[in-house]
Amino acid sequence: MDLFEYQGKQFFASFGIPVSPGEAVDTVEDAVAAADRLGYPVVVKAQVQVGGRGKAGGVKLASNTQEALEHATNILGLDIKGHVVKRLWIEKASDIAEEYYASFTLDRSAKKHLGMLSAQGGVEIETVAESDPDAIAKIWVDPAEGLSPEQARAWVEAAKLNPQATEGAIDILTKLYTAYVDGDADLCEINPLILTPDGRVHALDAKVTLDDNADFRHPERDDWRGLTVMDARDALAHEKGLQYVGLDGTVGIIANGAGLAMSTCDVVNQVGGSPANFLDIGGGASAEVMANALDVINSDEKVKAIFINIFGGITRGEEVANGIVQALGRVDIKAPIVIRLDGTNAEEGRAILEPHLSDRLRSKPTMLEAARDAVALAGGK
Amino acid sequence: MSIFVNKDTKVIIQGFSPTSQGGFHGLRNKAYGTQVVGGVNPKRAGEEIEGVPVFASVKDAVAATGATASFVAVPPAGSPGAILEAAEAGLELVVCITEGIPAQDEAKTFNILRRDFPRTRLLGPNCPGIITPGECNIGITPGEIALGGGPVGIVSRSGTLTYQALYELKQKGIGVTTCVGIGGDPVPGTSFIDCLEAFQADPATKAVIMFGEIGGSAEEEAAEYIADKMDKPVASYIAGVTAPAGKKMGHAGAIVSGNKGTAKGKMDALRAAGVAVGLNPTEAGELMADIVAKL
Repeated sequence: MDLFEYQGKQFFASFGIPVSPGEAVDTVEDAVAAADRLGYPVVVKAQVQVGGRGKAGGVKLASNTQEALEHATNILGLDIKGHVVKRLWIEKASDIAEEYYASFTLDRSAKKHLGMLSAQGGVEIETVAESDPDAIAKIWVDPAEGLSPEQARAWVEAAKLNPQATEGAIDILTKLYTAYVDGDADLCEINPLILTPDGRVHALDAKVTLDDNADFRHPERDDWRGLTVMDARDALAHEKGLQYVGLDGTVGIIANGAGLAMSTCDVVNQVGGSPANFLDIGGGASAEVMANALDVINSDEKVKAIFINIFGGITRGEEVANGIVQALGRVDIKAPIVIRLDGTNAEEGRAILEPHLSDRLRSKPTMLEAARDAVALAGGK
Repeated sequence: MSIFVNKDTKVIIQGFSPTSQGGFHGLRNKAYGTQVVGGVNPKRAGEEIEGVPVFASVKDAVAATGATASFVAVPPAGSPGAILEAAEAGLELVVCITEGIPAQDEAKTFNILRRDFPRTRLLGPNCPGIITPGECNIGITPGEIALGGGPVGIVSRSGTLTYQALYELKQKGIGVTTCVGIGGDPVPGTSFIDCLEAFQADPATKAVIMFGEIGGSAEEEAAEYIADKMDKPVASYIAGVTAPAGKKMGHAGAIVSGNKGTAKGKMDALRAAGVAVGLNPTEAGELMADIVAKL
């Protein structure tokens, strides 16, 4: 889950990282009240999960009530690259002496955590990485050992920040590592991390991606859901706990395993069709999961044929077959279904499907044949 | 010959009960002919399930059975502990099929193993397991789709594509030495390179088929290894040619960010290393059939 800026700041604050005081609001009235409470100047910031909101007019400085009213009115409802602004973060404005960049993420090649710190903050780190790679001080932290105070100090010194910022930066980066590990994040990024004229260091922005696999030990995350923009298909799939990515084609795809689901999209494309979605029902998918998957595909108006590609390992063929039969009895599936079933208990599964086979429910022995059939039924691209 | 497992591998199942995934697949592994010598489940210690004795701990199971490998099929929260318990008991191979382990736990467990238990190989998590056809099957691979006898070694990131690889070769009458599913998570215990290295050293393996997918740089690193260190021919397929950038395709690993980790980049790297690259699993199987015909 990607957090909005204000959520990321709440997340950071819960680990003791200094952030600017602010309030999240959904109406112009509340925005003005919050600004008055915080004291001017304030920054009115659109809460959207898309880059370039500043250029799109989604971040404005207000020096008084009148300006706060004006900016809040303009920004709420603003469309930023397809993301409509529904919430604002009203934040006490900060004086900035210098802007830095700091982040932690996993380096999958090194299998260690990678910390990046740069004296060139406030811009895209990719740009810095290209134009001046030496300006980024990197540190690899062994997850079994953690970040030691000596490592943190050496890292901050290597980044050549203003010496005034050294102690504050060590403190924040140590807390950022704790937030990243104990908060189960895939990414924790502060850009910019600022030094104020009076020598304080604090986080002016927050970009946090949480690892969904760790939801079971983070009940506090429940409060952060709900504002994410999803299309109707994505929302339904998410509600049903399915791994779903909406695409633009006409062949609805259901497969077990992410690799096979991606491969199914690839093959449909290669035989002249276009996938309507990626949908992985996962390992051990039960009859109910299959029925839910068909429900989701059924809600997509563009789907002209459905390709169910199952290679059973942990997923058992008879459960998949039962799921399809159950779904057929429960909902009116609009598009014809082509199924390819192999692997664990595939024969039992095919036997269950056998009496139900028709023009609307077809079985093919291989992935390629099933893809060709589904694409033909969908009428090509 | 084979890599990592053979007819002498003695396996215990962690998370063993009649109704658990470990029970279902562990007993299937046993029925396949794998030496499943015990199960671990503190609540059922002393019992016997379908002829398999149950122990309270991995240590007890190893002492009683001489087990060399373990099959971990416990829920995500308990998996890191189960893996480390197996390593502490001195097992050489730990196969973990569990899906959904937090990345932080995975990274930490991997590095503890590397530091404290360098003799233990972890396969997975979130992987289908490993099979040396006719000798040993640990995990959830349906054994009947695997044809044994070599000369091809299989390594694959995604579970179901691992089966697809076995299936494509079987359709063509091509046998397999060992098939390894390394799993699609961000920090797999065993990498493509670990498997390629072992296949290169295995006299029975004459060629290798490698199935990868978008995300990360494991396939690019494998390509570099193939170019520098391998003289056995390799065929490959990369899933996710049509995947849109920036979207998580199910696996935590399968995400394209910027222009990194794309299917095209991986295929180009593999081609440059002399690998025969197919555009779908069937085509990769056909390329492997051509390679085998010329061996």
